[in-house]
Amino acid sequence: MTAIDPTAHLTAEQIEELGRELDAIRDEVIAGRGEKDAAYIRKVISAQRKLELVSRGVLLFSIFPPAWLLGTAGLSVAKIMDNMEIGHNILHGQWDWMRDPKIHSTTWEWDHVSPADQWKHSHNELHHTYTNVIGKDNDLGYGIMRVDEDQKWHPFHLGQPLWNFINACFFEYGIAAYDLELGKNLHKRRRNNPEFRARAKAVGRKIRKQVLKDYVIHPLLSGPSFLTTLAATFTANLVRNIWSHSVIMCGHFPEGVQVFERRSIKDETRGQWYLRQMMGSANISGSRAMHFMTGNLSHQIEHHLFPDLPSNRYAEVAVKVRALFEKYELEYVTGPLPKQVFSAWRKVFRLSLPNKKPEVKTPDRQQELVAA
Amino acid sequence: MTSAALRSRAWKLLEMVTTPLLPSDYLDLVSPLRAGADLRGRIEAVHPETDDAATVVIRPGRGWRGHTAGQYVRIGVDVDGVRLWRAYSLTSPTNRQDGRVTITVKAIPDGKVSNHLVRRAKPGTLIQLDQATGDFVLPQAKPVKVLYLTAGSGITPVMGMLRDTEFDDVVMVHCAPRPQDVIFRNELHDLVADKKLRLTEVHTATDGMLDIARLDELVPDWAERETWACGPAGLLDAAEEHWSKHGVQERLHTERFRPSIAVAGDGGEVTFSATGKTVDADGATPLLDIGEEAGVLMPSGCRMGICFGCVTPLRGGAVRDLRTGEITEAEPGVLIQTCVSAAAGPCDIER
Repeated sequence: MTAIDPTAHLTAEQIEELGRELDAIRDEVIAGRGEKDAAYIRKVISAQRKLELVSRGVLLFSIFPPAWLLGTAGLSVAKIMDNMEIGHNILHGQWDWMRDPKIHSTTWEWDHVSPADQWKHSHNELHHTYTNVIGKDNDLGYGIMRVDEDQKWHPFHLGQPLWNFINACFFEYGIAAYDLELGKNLHKRRRNNPEFRARAKAVGRKIRKQVLKDYVIHPLLSGPSFLTTLAATFTANLVRNIWSHSVIMCGHFPEGVQVFERRSIKDETRGQWYLRQMMGSANISGSRAMHFMTGNLSHQIEHHLFPDLPSNRYAEVAVKVRALFEKYELEYVTGPLPKQVFSAWRKVFRLSLPNKKPEVKTPDRQQELVAA
Repeated sequence: MTSAALRSRAWKLLEMVTTPLLPSDYLDLVSPLRAGADLRGRIEAVHPETDDAATVVIRPGRGWRGHTAGQYVRIGVDVDGVRLWRAYSLTSPTNRQDGRVTITVKAIPDGKVSNHLVRRAKPGTLIQLDQATGDFVLPQAKPVKVLYLTAGSGITPVMGMLRDTEFDDVVMVHCAPRPQDVIFRNELHDLVADKKLRLTEVHTATDGMLDIARLDELVPDWAERETWACGPAGLLDAAEEHWSKHGVQERLHTERFRPSIAVAGDGGEVTFSATGKTVDADGATPLLDIGEEAGVLMPSGCRMGICFGCVTPLRGGAVRDLRTGEITEAEPGVLIQTCVSAAAGPCDIER
């Protein structure tokens, strides 16, 4: 938490007015949703499936290096599309309005070891409701890292650059463990909780299926290309994991992003909720291809304001949202991917050490706003 | 091992290859109408019938089990990106050689699906299908004398019958505002010319609504005829009353199209159909709260409309989105976010 509250200049009325202006942006998109949007997601899903089929087909011949390269690249992109633009966004209910039972948050399952329903709870419900609230939003460091000065330092944090690197490589397993709240639940008393056991079993089943598919069935189907297909799938999963980890780190970790104290969200109004999402998220700038490959999470600020708007609309929404940032004199944290990734990693390194200065307790945001 | 067991093994293996998707998710990309796929159809042509009615030619998927004349089919059509389901009578004969079926749709004012099908639907479009259903059908044993009493688009199931089965003595009384509004008019007049049908057209724009008592004059032997009637509720109510008054109600078969949806109000009685609880709700309290207060186990999440953890099927009635004011009416497959929806009239939540 920064010592100076960057929203201190706003009055309570201004914050509510900001909320109304954001509601208007949301209503406009909802009123305009239609055929083109539906065609978009269907096209992306169909393209992803074709790309995966072709890539897996090419990998049957991965004993030949060019086929290995081509197939691995294609499979990596297909897996990224599945998780980012398709899975993440469908599981947010962004496409529920189409009433297509096959493209719906209640039925979708993704190429990921964390079962969709568990991820929806930890991500949609906990992270999106309590964005960047210390103690409520486990995404702040995923329970293994310290990403804000206000979080207590522990010698364990000395290793956090390493933890973060390992987490990046095996990100989907990290997410599964995180969704299970493994750290908390492995304590003796909780281990036997039937609800936790059922969820752990579901994760186990999902892992078994995913591993069997990627590391047994497809390599076996490749016959003489068994080992090269195995290596290709491992590489594709690694690429997908590192990519999604990087994109997701850019959402809330770069310098300039605010975190909040638990008590600051007591009796939070709609306007204040919006403001917290605005100050607690960061974007990635770049080309259309870049936005697509991040699943439009490059528009993290817009996504956090409107998590259920179709992802293909975030780009146009971003223009209006940015104008509101300017109008209300707030900092819109954004930058190209390398810069944002660097900024997030620098924070991981910096906070692996205890704070240089003694911890300064910052005034409660809420109280300051009321006072203003 | 039997071939069925072998096939199921092979399918299981295929599922391991495609997990977490199903093999059908990939097969649908190339062959959405194949046997074993979810039942779908492809629109192959749309022929205008009148200014506001058109016949839609559909090639059903391989799983289509055929129909009986007079039955209807539910179709799911994507209108402005939203899948909407409606029921339409089948108008094609059951023995059509090319395997296609037809429905004939009249565009009703503000009807999203009917206007889409009549004016915008393009050949090549995939639609979702259910199997044909309905008991507004002809009996196995041919009746000697038949009367068809129809109005407006109520002619559609009857046309399916007329095209399918010939009777020796058939009379039809059909009501439409003007001659040019009579769907299938040319075909009906051809039947009349071939002496296969006696037809009375009632043009309600000039003649006024059909007074059911006029049947004595239009079809003197109406009471002896096996009668199939289809049209607006007013006509059918009058017919049912008339037939029972004369003690021949067993000769009358009626088909009622979708009852009109109650006008959405503010609050209403909420039924939780799975638990059988019923409570009164105002128009401002989220259905999630209403259910929880009534002791129904409701799925919940963020309670502010962002996590989609509380979506639940809406079985009947209408609800209002508390954020946008938008009304959602119950239709098969409609799920609502109970944390940001309130009762807009009586409704039925599947919990």
